[in-house]
Amino acid sequence: MPFDWMKIPYTLLTLFIVINYGFLLNALIQKIGARVGRRHGIPIWQNYIDLIKNYGLRSSISHGVMFYLGPVFRLSGGVGLLIFVPTIYASDMFSNLSFAGDLILALYFVFFGTLGMALGAGESGHPHAAIGITRGLSQMTAAELPFGLAVFSVALQYQTLSITAIVAAQQGGILNWTLFTNPLAVTAAMLGFLGSMMRPPFDVVIAPQEIPIGPPTEYHSSYLAMMQTNRAIFPVAKIVIYMNLFFGGASDWPTFALKVFLIYLWSAFVGVVFPRFRVEQSIRWFLIWAVPLGVLSILVV
Amino acid sequence: MTTMTTMRELHTRLKHLFPLGELSEQRPDLAFVTVPAEFLRPSLLHLRDREGYTHLVLLTAVDWLEEGRFQLTYLLSKRTLGQDIGLRVMIPRDGATMASAHDIWPTAATYQRELREMFGIDFPGSPRVDEDFILEGWIDIPPYRRDFDTLKYAQENYSQRPGRETRDPATHMQQQLYPDGRQG
Amino acid sequence: MSMKPELMKRMVKGPDGVEFEVEPLRDYYCEAPPTVMPAAYSKIVEDLFNWARSESIWILGFGTGCGAIEMRPLMTPRFDAYRYGIQWRPTPRQANLFVISGYLSTKTLKRAIRSYEQMQNPKYVIGLGSCTINGGMYWDSYNTIKRLDDYLPVDLYITGCMPRPEALLAGFQDMKKLIRAGKGEGANQYAENFAWYKANQKRVIHDWDMPDYNW
Repeated sequence: MPFDWMKIPYTLLTLFIVINYGFLLNALIQKIGARVGRRHGIPIWQNYIDLIKNYGLRSSISHGVMFYLGPVFRLSGGVGLLIFVPTIYASDMFSNLSFAGDLILALYFVFFGTLGMALGAGESGHPHAAIGITRGLSQMTAAELPFGLAVFSVALQYQTLSITAIVAAQQGGILNWTLFTNPLAVTAAMLGFLGSMMRPPFDVVIAPQEIPIGPPTEYHSSYLAMMQTNRAIFPVAKIVIYMNLFFGGASDWPTFALKVFLIYLWSAFVGVVFPRFRVEQSIRWFLIWAVPLGVLSILVV
Repeated sequence: MTTMTTMRELHTRLKHLFPLGELSEQRPDLAFVTVPAEFLRPSLLHLRDREGYTHLVLLTAVDWLEEGRFQLTYLLSKRTLGQDIGLRVMIPRDGATMASAHDIWPTAATYQRELREMFGIDFPGSPRVDEDFILEGWIDIPPYRRDFDTLKYAQENYSQRPGRETRDPATHMQQQLYPDGRQG
Repeated sequence: MSMKPELMKRMVKGPDGVEFEVEPLRDYYCEAPPTVMPAAYSKIVEDLFNWARSESIWILGFGTGCGAIEMRPLMTPRFDAYRYGIQWRPTPRQANLFVISGYLSTKTLKRAIRSYEQMQNPKYVIGLGSCTINGGMYWDSYNTIKRLDDYLPVDLYITGCMPRPEALLAGFQDMKKLIRAGKGEGANQYAENFAWYKANQKRVIHDWDMPDYNW
């Protein structure tokens, strides 16, 4: 199959749009959380300023090759997650580099960034970073389990591994969404979604008051700038997958913006109300509530 | 009245066992008595086990510079009646040392560390009594002793910012009320 | 002075049975003194960076003294420092403002020096309260320093004992003006006068068991 070279600039355009959208969306969600706490919160463009400031630091300390590669892996995980799934359905321009079987690739990329980050933070030699990674990886494993099960269930349901085909099967009205045709899988996946968004009640890994900041403890200046960029891309890319798999995909940019915002808001809703879980409590919560739902959804399909 | 009588009764009982000084009552529920250094441990044990003074409130020291002695005060409390008794022990100032009470009350170990660092009173056998407690790298005499001049030390060892005026209220009021320099 | 045993020079037996000599303070740390790092770009880019640095101030979450209690209200809805771009970061690697809040005992000074030296260039120091200016209430204490800028390069003092949160916010506004004007070069000043600062520090800290510059 001839490779369409025109796709590359369009993919980069998608990446650019998503980066900007991610920065603004992160700040907006933080502002919403702040408004719930009756304060004004950070300015909307604060993420851009932080990025410029971190890039403009004049010195940086590196602890070795893997330390340097940690944020690179993380960023490539986020970018890879985005460019291999179709962002706007049925659009020539914005289908990125999707192909049949990209569902499994998406699952891989979700984990890839965290693992690279774990190696890099381990090289930094800071004991807080090491503890943070242990907690983060164990929580991440427990949180991704329901998502994986839900993905299998959806793949079984639609008999395909291509995200484009799954989105195609959901067109034609709101009742065709996976949300209504396979609610168990969607519930399991949304519960797993809470765990991977690193917001309360599952933010013990990176909360500033808990073992100062966990894995990114030793990261600063340009490394931190790369990781902050990833923090803008990765959630949006993950939500794009969720949107495509469970909520009918988006056929144009305004629908995309609205759906991504609403799905992100689900984690913010839960986040502003609940305090933190400890790691073993959150793992227990996932294994008791989310995983059985996922298993059930596979059996039912 | 009952509490004072109980304290006096306690004092009488204790005088049969140990050579104590006079009981000085500060409040109905607080009294002090002087104990010779050799009889400290037996009296602490007796008060804790037989008389019900199970709580060591504090262990502190007073520097009697003119007499050349330290006074150690062990304040014990009887929680059931809410009464406190303080045992005063006088020890010589040079080479000050006392038997450790950390096996009677484990919290005494912390007080003893503080006294070792701040006064220089040694408690051999107390856990970690030789380690730095609050001051790190202290090279002068123990700072709570009265012959340690903290102002002189501060002025000699730390660089000062010039131009500091005093805002002592007494001086200020004196200048205001008696500008011609009378003492008033 | 008694240094911790794990920091002293000693013979260590590795897991494969080989004995070797290790001197932690020399082997595990970089021995280079700090270098002056001037602005590396043209004036317009440096102005942009200074504007970004002033609008996104990350304070090190290390409350060195009693003034830390005046920093907590800034995180609450009433004073809300977040809308000025100010955040608190728990690690010195990511922070660029160090607020010395109140009196500084020599014990804390040692830790403050270590944290300050781990921050990245450019970094700023604010002295909060009168104890950092002339010793304040502890002017005759044997344990606190009387004059902060002999030990760390200070950009701004906020007077008071303690200043109220509104005074802190006004101080942060002044700090922003300083940074935007390009005057926040405390790190370079520290590197230029490194020997003088280090001599002052070692004069009051008697149990120095750190490397000379804690990268």
